[in-house]
Amino acid sequence: MRHFISIADLTREDALAVLATAEHMAQTQSRSIRKLPTLVGTTVVNLFFEDSTRTRISFEAAAKRLSADVINFSAKGSSISKGESLKDTALTLQAMGADAVVVRSSSSGAAHLLAHSGWIDQPIVNAGDGAHEHPTQAMLDAFTMRRHLRPGDPTADLAGLHVVIVGDVLHSRVARSNVLLLSLLGARVTLVAPPALVPVGATAWPCEISYDLDAALATGPDAVMMLRVQSERMVGGGFFPTAGEYSRRYGLTTARAATLPEHAIVLHPGPMNRGFEIAGAVADSPRSVIVEQVASGVFVRMAVLYHLLATDAWEAPRDH
Amino acid sequence: MTIENGMTTGTAGVNHAPLLIRGGRPYGEEVQDILLADGRIEAVGTDLEAPDGVEIIEAEGCIVLPGLVDLHTHLREPGGEEAETVESGTRAAARGGFTAVHAMANTTPVADTAGVVEQVARRGDSAGWCAVRPVGAVTVGLAGERLAELDAMANSRAKVRVFSDDGKCVDDPVLMRRALEYVKSFDGVIAQHAQDPRLTEGAQMHEGVVSAELGLTGWPAVAEESIIARDVLLAQHVGSRLHVCHLSTAGSVDIIRWAKQRGIAVTAEVTPHHLLLTDENVRQFDAVFKVNPPLRTAADVDAVREGLADGTIDIVATDHAPHPRDAKDREWDQAAMGMTGLETALSLVQLTMVDEGRLSWRDVARVLSEKPAEIGRDEDQGRPLEPGSPAHLLVWDPHPVRVADPAEHASLSRNSPFAGLELPGSNRLTVLGGRPTVREGQVVER
Repeated sequence: MRHFISIADLTREDALAVLATAEHMAQTQSRSIRKLPTLVGTTVVNLFFEDSTRTRISFEAAAKRLSADVINFSAKGSSISKGESLKDTALTLQAMGADAVVVRSSSSGAAHLLAHSGWIDQPIVNAGDGAHEHPTQAMLDAFTMRRHLRPGDPTADLAGLHVVIVGDVLHSRVARSNVLLLSLLGARVTLVAPPALVPVGATAWPCEISYDLDAALATGPDAVMMLRVQSERMVGGGFFPTAGEYSRRYGLTTARAATLPEHAIVLHPGPMNRGFEIAGAVADSPRSVIVEQVASGVFVRMAVLYHLLATDAWEAPRDH
Repeated sequence: MTIENGMTTGTAGVNHAPLLIRGGRPYGEEVQDILLADGRIEAVGTDLEAPDGVEIIEAEGCIVLPGLVDLHTHLREPGGEEAETVESGTRAAARGGFTAVHAMANTTPVADTAGVVEQVARRGDSAGWCAVRPVGAVTVGLAGERLAELDAMANSRAKVRVFSDDGKCVDDPVLMRRALEYVKSFDGVIAQHAQDPRLTEGAQMHEGVVSAELGLTGWPAVAEESIIARDVLLAQHVGSRLHVCHLSTAGSVDIIRWAKQRGIAVTAEVTPHHLLLTDENVRQFDAVFKVNPPLRTAADVDAVREGLADGTIDIVATDHAPHPRDAKDREWDQAAMGMTGLETALSLVQLTMVDEGRLSWRDVARVLSEKPAEIGRDEDQGRPLEPGSPAHLLVWDPHPVRVADPAEHASLSRNSPFAGLELPGSNRLTVLGGRPTVREGQVVER
């Protein structure tokens, strides 16, 4: 694995290997000294063209716990906001001697372009590109689901599980990466959204599509993932009449959450619009794993950096 | 030599030595020799005698076609000289076998006044690589708000007959109606870039399976088809000529077919790239494949080939859209739309239509020369290969297969989506008014 751009590039074995490494990283993080020397002397650049506090901090924490040096390069106040192109930025980072670049962009394909344009030779990690993919988010979601729904089996896939993903699928890179990864790992996936927020062409995806949240919840899913309604991306407008109508039809209210099976968990990639796509009481309820997702994110990103940068990548990580 | 619009194509023609093109097959049919003298075709026949001082071109195995006419070229001058100039663009045209191009109006300043169109025509004239017929803007500044002075452009020395806001759609139905009505008085035509702007806000690629997967904002087929449907009905209502630029979807072919059955005066063009490439090409996020209208599906490619074969689509036009490298070396959603096409057009038509048995070379002469000349009212172009016609022609060897390399192109820009593809055919000779502009693929310096 040279880059980590898209779940579509992974085999089932690749995905399970990253999850296994993440599990190992998680174990190291319960010790009193959490910092591992694995990536001493390497420099990881966080190149964030789009505001994202939580993903950037998560990658930063992951790199630092592996003892890598971290350089944060964010759009605001940098040459990027002065109109520097992705190409010139990449050439600059190459010249500075970055060992890996974690990139977040509002442009679909930005990570792919960096990896394949020849502007930079280093491994590229996609931290979210437009509405295309957010592969480390899907990995952390799968990791979290496995811990709860396949407890005590850190090598399991997700066969037999039913995951319902609800909301603004059209603008969601999280949904795309999750549909690919969860189906790759054997889970059954149902997307639920108002029709205007389902992409034309999504019928080709390895999942079911429903417009009826109550019907989908009535099937007794093992996990429900609520997506953020991305109002800021709704060019052209009119995807649904009002926030109230959306909430009534597609919000995970307390009443709806109460219909879920006892064991079912609730996920959200954050940041949440409390009271819009998810009721505050549900987000704070025992079945919510939303805070745990954040912790999983660090483990998964440590695993990804390990696989791309450690010299013995793809072998079992040594116990440090 | 004097062309129909009253301007001259430089020193072309009359002073050049006579040419005898020997052993070629006009329209891909019977072998006939063609003798050119004084800027005209002097004789066509078998075993023509070579007069004194004649230059003989051996054209055995080659096809002879009337010089190609492009109804849709972006020469970028004035204002976009980093991407292309009239000089470089017409050299590219000559290499592609063209003897006339229609230069689109979306320059800076916009070609919306007699002054600008005359300047472009004059540049073409002095360059002398092919006839340059400026296209006039329909609306002032392409802003879609009020009609430009169409009559002034029509009656200028550039004698504009084709009007287009290409790059933008004349989406206001009243404005479109008025434009269609207005050009009737001087036998003009409105060439519509059919794209509903509201349905394509932020659109990046064809809306379908691939856009869903890549998370790129979709450009739905209906945004093209709904405008075409409206426009053919408007053209029928006011009895005007309508030309549809770069038609790209199966649904658009159906609508044009229906309109023609009803006798509506509509013509339509398809680009070489829409005859071959599909939205699958977008998967690598290489912006060289970004174009407007976008690359469609394989089913659409089949439909436009079928439409071109059965005459529903009248012509092939390149939509040659050069861009400097920086405009393409970018994230997909920030990159410019458009691809070059003049120097690969005939190879693409051979590949997708002739070699597939869908068009004869006689048909190629129709869709790439005669019919575009007729739509653009280029009376001097697209003429039959017979004595008395102006000596605009090309000699095409259909046999060689070469890997397309944009670095060899005469265009200033390199944004060819065909780079690296094996393309059939090679241009042996382009003749403009009796003067060779291209020999063996190379521009003949003057």
